[in-house]
Amino acid sequence: MDTSGKVILEVRKLSVAFEQYGRGLKRKVIHAVEDLSLTVSEREIVAVVGSSGSGKSLLAHAIMGILPYNAAMNGELLFEGRMLDGELLRQVRGKELVLVPQSVSYLDPLMKAGRQVTKGRKDEESRKRCRDILSRYGLDKEAEGKYPFQLSGGMTRRILISTAVIEQPRLVIADEPTPGLHPEAARRVMEHFKEIAKGGAGVLLITHDLELALLTADRVVVLYGGRAIEEAQAAAFSDESQLKHPYTKALCRSMPQNWDPSGDRLCVSGEILAYMRKEYGR
Amino acid sequence: MKERNKTASFAIWAGGQAARMVLLLLLVSMVSFVLLSVSPLDPLQTNVGQAALGSMSPEQIERLRTYWGVDVPPVRRYTLWLIDLLKGDMGVSLLYRRPVTEVIAGKLSNSLGLLLTAWFFSGLAGFFLGILAGKRRGGLADRLITGYSLIAASTPAFWAAMMLLMVFSVYLKWFPIGLSVPIGASVGEVTLFDRIHHAVLPAVALSLTGISSIALHTREKMIEIMESDYVLFSRARGEGEMEIVLRHGLRNILLPAMTLQFSSASEIIGGSVLVEQVFSYPGLGQAAVTAGLGGDAPLLLGITMITALIVFAGNLTANVLYGWIDPRIREGALRR
Repeated sequence: MDTSGKVILEVRKLSVAFEQYGRGLKRKVIHAVEDLSLTVSEREIVAVVGSSGSGKSLLAHAIMGILPYNAAMNGELLFEGRMLDGELLRQVRGKELVLVPQSVSYLDPLMKAGRQVTKGRKDEESRKRCRDILSRYGLDKEAEGKYPFQLSGGMTRRILISTAVIEQPRLVIADEPTPGLHPEAARRVMEHFKEIAKGGAGVLLITHDLELALLTADRVVVLYGGRAIEEAQAAAFSDESQLKHPYTKALCRSMPQNWDPSGDRLCVSGEILAYMRKEYGR
Repeated sequence: MKERNKTASFAIWAGGQAARMVLLLLLVSMVSFVLLSVSPLDPLQTNVGQAALGSMSPEQIERLRTYWGVDVPPVRRYTLWLIDLLKGDMGVSLLYRRPVTEVIAGKLSNSLGLLLTAWFFSGLAGFFLGILAGKRRGGLADRLITGYSLIAASTPAFWAAMMLLMVFSVYLKWFPIGLSVPIGASVGEVTLFDRIHHAVLPAVALSLTGISSIALHTREKMIEIMESDYVLFSRARGEGEMEIVLRHGLRNILLPAMTLQFSSASEIIGGSVLVEQVFSYPGLGQAAVTAGLGGDAPLLLGITMITALIVFAGNLTANVLYGWIDPRIREGALRR
């Protein structure tokens, strides 16, 4: 795939910290994302892979400028070469820079799906565009008039993607687009993101599912504890020796197709072992 | 076939509601009657007066005792009243010496304007104050509105009424001290302005305290909405704060607010009993007090039943509205 296109998003040394009150009046700073750098070019899908709590969603929220009020952000964000400050964010957010959120809870429960895709617009042109996009994703007119609680998991996903596509974006940030879908439906959703990238936009895919990420992405950034510990071409994951970090190697080995029945190979370093013990209880 | 099922299930639902209503009215009238019959006040002494009683002949006193039904056992009195009620006769008020229906109709028409205005304005004001407060939690508006609501919620309506009376009627003389029409004016002379002028303070007193519950509930719901995922997503889609409030805030807040408002009818009616007393406003609330203290059983039972009916209707409206407006309930019911 063509990855030499123009850089759309550049994240430079991004840090997100939370200030929390611990016991008593003791204040505690939690560094949720630290020193994270990455780029996304046009026609490219970059996957950010990490376990829960690794700061993936915060990365998405930081780029969209929707971090909670008690979060402090540091570092630089560049969108198409321009500093992504409040001013530029107001211009591009929801138009050239769009988010595909995680779940049905991101839809207004009392608003029909079609109206949410058009962002409340009711004019003929928006509605036609909405119908075109929905039918492209195999959703009929009936789905348009449904309320979020009536949508199935797969329909919800396609509606959420439609909210992004209707805007003709340059960059799509997909925050965990597949949980709750069976593998077949998840793969179909991933195809939609591939189409978006083919159309010229950049896609930042945030997921915990390495297998799915490798299926879709050109490059993979592995996140651990808020830090990017490795960035590699997706192809590198088929050959472990091309990976540098022990955690990534372990991740790679943990995929079903690379699984060694003896299980010994997982214990390369004590650090990973300790981590795996902590995380999975064995 | 489907249409018939729907009609049938509606009939069952309506029948159930009617049965609930009848049961409620029966219980309310029983409790009021029991309370009245165990009241230590002797109707003769209260209504005729000790001095007058002393100067009457035993025959006259006997006639009065019969009139007030003092010697008839309570159970029998209640049963007689119930039988008459089933025949459509609510009896004659012992104090007003007119049919109960007539007395209630007169008093209710005085009160209804008051009740409706207070109900409407407290709902409207509470709704908007709640949105304003909830939109920016912890902001200046929020602190002022929450502070006011908490104070108002802990203020008895009659105390607020007395304060209003002192400030606006006694010191400033902007409004009359009491009653619903000017003193000494004949019915023909009373203008609509007079009536409104007399109703302003009681209506304000009722509204002031009624605002707080709806404002606090709306605020709570608004905070929840502003922190929801779908508002976060709206921000990420570049919708402005005002758009978010109008498009998502109002939509999601209207239902719970309306339900609350319809089921709050009881609070307004309860408050009106005290407020009408303070303003000597000749409405249903004051009539209830008079009937209760004077041992006027037919009138008191009539009033409690009418108010219970209004409160019941309010709650029923809330339920029906919810099912009708909320698509999650409406469409869910259709699918079944």
